[in-house]
Amino acid sequence: MGIQRGHRARPLEWLAERVIFTISLSAIMLILLIFIFVGREALPIFLGRMDSALIQETIPPERMNELDPEELRVYLDLSPRQFAGMDRDTLQMLMEVRQEALEEIPPEQLNDPDAHANTTAWRYLLFPHQWSDYDRPRYIWQPIGNIHKYNIVPLIVGSLKTTLIGLFFAVPISVGAAIYVSQLARPRVREIAKPTIELLSGIPSVVVGFFALLVMASVFQAVFQYETRLNAFVAGIALGFAVIPVVFSIAEDALTSVPRSYTQGALALGSSKWQAAWHIVLPAALPGVFAAVVLGFGRAIGETMIVLMVCSASVMSWSIFDSARSITTTIAAEMAEAVAGGHHYRMLFMLGAVLFAVTFVANLVGDIVIHRLKRKLEGRS
Amino acid sequence: MKAKNLITRIGLCLGTAALLLPARADITVKGSDTMVILAQKWAEVYMANNPSIKIQVTGGGTGTGFAALQNQQTDLCNASRKIRAKEIETCIRAFGKRPTEYRVALDGLSVYVNAENPVSELTVEQLELIFTAKIRNWKELGGPDLPITVYSRENSSGTYEFFKEHVLQGKDFAASAQTMPGTAAVLQAVAKDPKGIGYGGAAYGAGAKHLNIKKDEASPAFEPTEENVVNGAYPISRHLFIYVNPALDKGDVANYLKWIRSDEGQAVVKDVGYFPLPANLRR
Repeated sequence: MGIQRGHRARPLEWLAERVIFTISLSAIMLILLIFIFVGREALPIFLGRMDSALIQETIPPERMNELDPEELRVYLDLSPRQFAGMDRDTLQMLMEVRQEALEEIPPEQLNDPDAHANTTAWRYLLFPHQWSDYDRPRYIWQPIGNIHKYNIVPLIVGSLKTTLIGLFFAVPISVGAAIYVSQLARPRVREIAKPTIELLSGIPSVVVGFFALLVMASVFQAVFQYETRLNAFVAGIALGFAVIPVVFSIAEDALTSVPRSYTQGALALGSSKWQAAWHIVLPAALPGVFAAVVLGFGRAIGETMIVLMVCSASVMSWSIFDSARSITTTIAAEMAEAVAGGHHYRMLFMLGAVLFAVTFVANLVGDIVIHRLKRKLEGRS
Repeated sequence: MKAKNLITRIGLCLGTAALLLPARADITVKGSDTMVILAQKWAEVYMANNPSIKIQVTGGGTGTGFAALQNQQTDLCNASRKIRAKEIETCIRAFGKRPTEYRVALDGLSVYVNAENPVSELTVEQLELIFTAKIRNWKELGGPDLPITVYSRENSSGTYEFFKEHVLQGKDFAASAQTMPGTAAVLQAVAKDPKGIGYGGAAYGAGAKHLNIKKDEASPAFEPTEENVVNGAYPISRHLFIYVNPALDKGDVANYLKWIRSDEGQAVVKDVGYFPLPANLRR
């Protein structure tokens, strides 16, 4: 009970408190449920229970009578309840479909050593593999086709590449703008500049992506003369536009909340406005500015639409002028076509879990650094 | 008393809404994004002639359509590719039967290049080599000395899968192939890029040059026109399908499906830019 200063809490206040409590609790529950859902869908991959091999062991339907019911149930991958609910014809039909799946395989692939490989195993996910048709081991994400190539390394590299380019572009600009707006600008300028920059966050990322696809890509190609028109560099800069308002807004708040007396003291001791901002206020606001960058990172790595529109070839390359495919893009683009409950579907959920882990670790590290910085600034380290 | 009254009223409203909503869409159609425009046009024309029937069309992708078919959330599933064995399996598990397959239209896939590109015809084999990055320069094909930029589609697209299976013979697209979010985007990119090559529906046209395709070195090259696609001379064409749960394939749904494959329904196909089924496939 929060409100108990000399009088009993009124029923209405009590009710309001409960309602607010329930709402916040439900938000936490919702987030938890999402994690559980993603985790549950991805679990078979983590446990190595999926089998994506092209050629599965198949029992011809004629031999159905030779199997005892339990063998048949395991072979058809049914739960005991499903199994009990099916008549013989249905089971027969399921066995025929298995047989048909085998017959659909083109003959030249029957002898392919990769056709027996379970490509959802970790060694295929994380390490290069020399697929038939290729001259050397490679990292390949090609989930559609007879042999599903699920190497997630190009996607992780793609996500990091575009995110880092975006941050390298956005952080100096937005922190600089925050210093200017909060410390140096005249009040009139501040009143116009701040809402204008924050207005950027109101631009839907589809629109930013579209602009990047049509205008920025051509302009940059004319300037830098690189070979692929749509590449990680264009996507990164466009991501930067999405990140700028986030970083600016939080950094500006952090800088403004540094007590005015700091600046006044510095000015009184004869420093210029610029010196006061750079040497006194910025260091004092560093934890807040750092938090802004961490949030910007989260925004950039979670952004889907911009990268999806600008570039999405899953090339394994660190060059910023090559294309890139981010994790979010992959999930957004491929989920609609994945067979629900199949290995591709589970793989996409696994990517979601990976993405969650990456942002979680980034936020955790950010938080620890912020606390360290704060303690240091307060002279308690 | 008052509050109770209000709650009853809200309850009544919600109840009526819940009763009315499903009744509003007699036939639900879901699936392939490629086919959304076509399916909407069909629905529009059919509803104009049969005002008592309501048809609701949504896209989302062929896979999404099959998932909805399994869960019995949709009556018809549009598909720009054939159903996979795995999907048949889940359907059997869900409703104990194989979904019925109807071919409803033909689609020719064009290969586009920039209007300035002097190359005007290629064989299917050359296409395979280009899209798997075995041929990397236009001069190997009689064009200018320029590297080839390959534009492809997202791998969720039925077009991507079809192209991979029938033109690339199941081989992987080059990793450097640019994946574009839609056929219009492919066309747009190729129109801007003199080094570019891309593929997509023959119905899309403006802005780039459609190549004539030869089945092999010896055969003549064909333009992706209606005549060539329908009589099978143009080598890269596919069927578009509708799948239905056989238990639902009666009454209004069956009439609708029959109408789609009638002359009237096939005329709509032409309007939208796909190709009508040849008479022997209409059943």
